Amino acid sequence: MLKSLKAQHSILADSQEQIEIIEHGETGDFALVPFQQKLEQSNLYPFKPNQIEIFQVNIGKMCNQTCGHCHVDAGPDRKEIMTKETMQQCLDALRNNEQFKIIDLTGGAPEMNPDFRWFVEEIKNLNRHVIVRCNLTIILANKKYHDLPQFYKQHHIEIVASLPFYTKNRTDRQRGDGVFEDSIKALQMLNEVGYGKEGSGLLLNLVYNPAGAFLPPSQASLEAEYKKALIKEYGIVFNNLFAITNLPISRFLDYLLTSGNYESYMEKLVNAYNSDAAANVMCRNTISIGWDGYLYDCDFNQMLELKVNSNSKHISGFNINELNKRDIIIGQHCYGCTAGAGSSCGGAVV
Amino acid sequence: MSEHYYNSKDLAKFGQVADFQKELGEKFFAYYGEVFKDSELTAREKSLIALAVAHAVQCPYCIDAYSSDAFEKGWSEAQMMEAVHVACAIRGGASLVHGVQMMNKVKEIAM
Repeated sequence: MLKSLKAQHSILADSQEQIEIIEHGETGDFALVPFQQKLEQSNLYPFKPNQIEIFQVNIGKMCNQTCGHCHVDAGPDRKEIMTKETMQQCLDALRNNEQFKIIDLTGGAPEMNPDFRWFVEEIKNLNRHVIVRCNLTIILANKKYHDLPQFYKQHHIEIVASLPFYTKNRTDRQRGDGVFEDSIKALQMLNEVGYGKEGSGLLLNLVYNPAGAFLPPSQASLEAEYKKALIKEYGIVFNNLFAITNLPISRFLDYLLTSGNYESYMEKLVNAYNSDAAANVMCRNTISIGWDGYLYDCDFNQMLELKVNSNSKHISGFNINELNKRDIIIGQHCYGCTAGAGSSCGGAVV
Repeated sequence: MSEHYYNSKDLAKFGQVADFQKELGEKFFAYYGEVFKDSELTAREKSLIALAVAHAVQCPYCIDAYSSDAFEKGWSEAQMMEAVHVACAIRGGASLVHGVQMMNKVKEIAM
């Protein structure tokens, strides 16, 4: 299995190095239209949040996989996970801020955090909707995770599961050998307890990521292809497909640079800028909490260590009024969320 | 030789053909956009057809564009190569079927 960039001591493990490359290219002289200028032309600058309603918590970088496109640089060698104390601070913030109806748990593999199940149960006690971003293979990775489908069902959790393609070849190329077969088994286990089945109320959504330096196709037509292929080949059903664009961050940035695709990919993102997508990007209605409790505009800014531009910077001092007033921090990486039909943790935005 | 008739960066300038003849250029691109929309055939199916035709007409710009487009739209490498073989078979067949004309002529003039 691949090592994380951090374990490889890659320069890209340093967020400042990444930002330099994203802003100015590998040689320092790569200039594209600044994202701020595009927002100004769309009458969206300064970039402000709308109603913040999604509370996204990254509970750790530990993962059982090291996917080639991962913007978190997650993997088995990453030990940074959220403590129970920080989780308690998240719960306190949720208790005091009822407008957060959707709690989105991500990682790494969030299930690998030893306090994951306790955290989910406590959030459910606050009567909130919980989404878990599941990589699927974790369900089969160890006996102690085999009952996750029952646990998810018991707490009525919405599952957003990564399956970058409906064929083995493309999936394994991005996520590692054997991932496709394990993902299929895990999806069948989720279907067995009712996930994805009509009338069950148990939502199973899949995530498509391009396996290379290109943009996602139309989400609706790809969803139809996925549904046709998965039911025919494996008897699998699911609810929605989210087509997500890869942002030039961390391991996907590393891939772009080493494959010689960085500049053409960035040009592709810039040329596909869509002001309607910009108006609806997720950082406008989401607050992202890092494993150590710091607050970010989105999971991507989190990985670039760009903390919110607000006096309320940490979950211990969570202040929604302060956060509502902030300017969202932007950079050239933001073009990844505004290209074409746009991209968010819920897929296309227009 | 440092200059070439074909330059991959020229593909991005395709839209500029309207600079010299605006009305016809705009009509062409409007028509082009309509052709590739989901309709009786899906945009995905049309992309694979375009890839095959690009090979038949041997247009390097079109091959670049529709190799990316077809792959983005989820066609596999094997499916894309089969489409190229379809183009190849039609091109080869188009030559070979003229063999009948050759045979007809030879039969006409031969004792």
